[in-house]
Amino acid sequence: MATEAVLERPGGAATKSLLQVRELEAWYGESHVLHGIDLEVGEGEVVTLLGRNGAGKTTTLKSMMGVIGKRKGSVSFAGEETIQLPSRAIARLGIGYVPEERGIFSSLSVEENLMLPPQVKPGGLSVQQIFELFPNIKERLSSQGTKLSGGEQQMLAIGRILRTGANLLLLDEPTEGLAPVIIDQIGATIRMLKSRGFTIVLVEQNFRFAQTVADRHYVVEQGRVIDMIANAELDANIDKLHRYLGV
Amino acid sequence: MFEFLGIPPQALFGQVLLGLINGSFYAILSLGLAVIFGLLNIINFSHGAQYMMGAFVAWMCLNYLGINYWAALLIAPLIVGFTGVAIERLLLKRIAHVDHLYGLLLTFGLALIIQGLFRNSYGSSGLPYQIPDELRGGQNLGFMFLPYYRGWVVVASLVVCLSTWFLIEKTKLGAYLRAATENPTLTQAFGINVPLMVTLTYGFGVALAGFAGVLAAPIYSVNPNMGADLIIVVFAVVVIGGMGSILGAIVTGFSLGLIEGLTKVFYPEASATVIFIIMVLVLLVRPAGLFGRAA
Repeated sequence: MATEAVLERPGGAATKSLLQVRELEAWYGESHVLHGIDLEVGEGEVVTLLGRNGAGKTTTLKSMMGVIGKRKGSVSFAGEETIQLPSRAIARLGIGYVPEERGIFSSLSVEENLMLPPQVKPGGLSVQQIFELFPNIKERLSSQGTKLSGGEQQMLAIGRILRTGANLLLLDEPTEGLAPVIIDQIGATIRMLKSRGFTIVLVEQNFRFAQTVADRHYVVEQGRVIDMIANAELDANIDKLHRYLGV
Repeated sequence: MFEFLGIPPQALFGQVLLGLINGSFYAILSLGLAVIFGLLNIINFSHGAQYMMGAFVAWMCLNYLGINYWAALLIAPLIVGFTGVAIERLLLKRIAHVDHLYGLLLTFGLALIIQGLFRNSYGSSGLPYQIPDELRGGQNLGFMFLPYYRGWVVVASLVVCLSTWFLIEKTKLGAYLRAATENPTLTQAFGINVPLMVTLTYGFGVALAGFAGVLAAPIYSVNPNMGADLIIVVFAVVVIGGMGSILGAIVTGFSLGLIEGLTKVFYPEASATVIFIIMVLVLLVRPAGLFGRAA
């Protein structure tokens, strides 16, 4: 039962809404981290979560994926409510996750890392297409996963979820700690994925990078969404953004 | 006949074989413990009792149902593995979120209960289990006499250990297992059913113990305490090899059996303690074990 809710994108055409998050709260043990996140992502959109360290961006992503102790509120994906589902069931609806620090397994080879996530839907990229996207991975298939450079690990972490047929990708700081030339490559990859119809939610510290890939930006502060800025209006709002991010 | 350091070859190779037999049991049992510890983070203290159950199930199969040794070699691990699945689902799962010491205590208590039940029903003097007809007798190799059954035990356990290693290190299922061992949360977030893997892994590790029990039945008498006596040494083997290393558990198991056998030849007084001496030395030099990764 797909919802036919239509999302008005500022400065763009209306698209079908794929992900709706309403009053999402989350806890790490006793500490209450998210206090009501509201956001919405349309099909084929690239949306970033911006905010200071500790604002709750990563936690928001984890809560969407169901890999956090306790959460409440509503996260609905393609019309299906996921707040009660275990993460493995959420993944099977078609959500691919690239965690903070990339999550490459050291006890698996590069090839095993790439082939690990099971297919959840038809329509994923073939291994050949992933090699074309990230030729470095092909050269290092039998290496231990964590022997790759940081950039290669990031490509592997993205590559392995493109195989699965997931149509919503959650990327947690894909540019963190990477050299500028690698960041450019990640940026080009995200734009390519968007052109293929993937929907992407991206956590970023670096709004200069976010600006090159995203349609819209949500600003997160103290566990709440405090503002939403369309990418086209980013430059006009730059002072406000600086204030939000404390840069 | 040649002699080596004043030891007749019959005695030397006899003890080497005995060492390899013990090593076979150390290897299968420590392998099961390592697999279980890797994914469940539980030190499975009931492992010895589950090994004993394997021997008893084989004995019951033969004496109550007329099922022979070869069929029991398959059936007993399945039954013991199934009891493991039940234990994981009914008990271990409930304490998975608390400190892992509770798992140790729980499995230790289970071991006492299981041993007590068998002692109550079958006494503690031990029940005989015949060597299967096909493996009676032996062969004089010139330098030593090789009983067929003992040769079979070494070969069978090597095959089982190496198959397990292959399964874990070289197959897709093994990749799931290694991934879930390293980062269960992320593995689950890829859509893999980690709780099911935990249950099956415990069942598999326990089934390995059951298999070792069937192998042991014709050598040692089938006795409720047979596992309790063995498991202390097996824990020392695991500590020496390093928790969580598959190949390490296998290599350490066979090597320590061999070292123990050779000690019996050259300095019999130390044969009961040599493994613990090695354990102390290894802990002093490499606390994570010979094959373990430092935490």
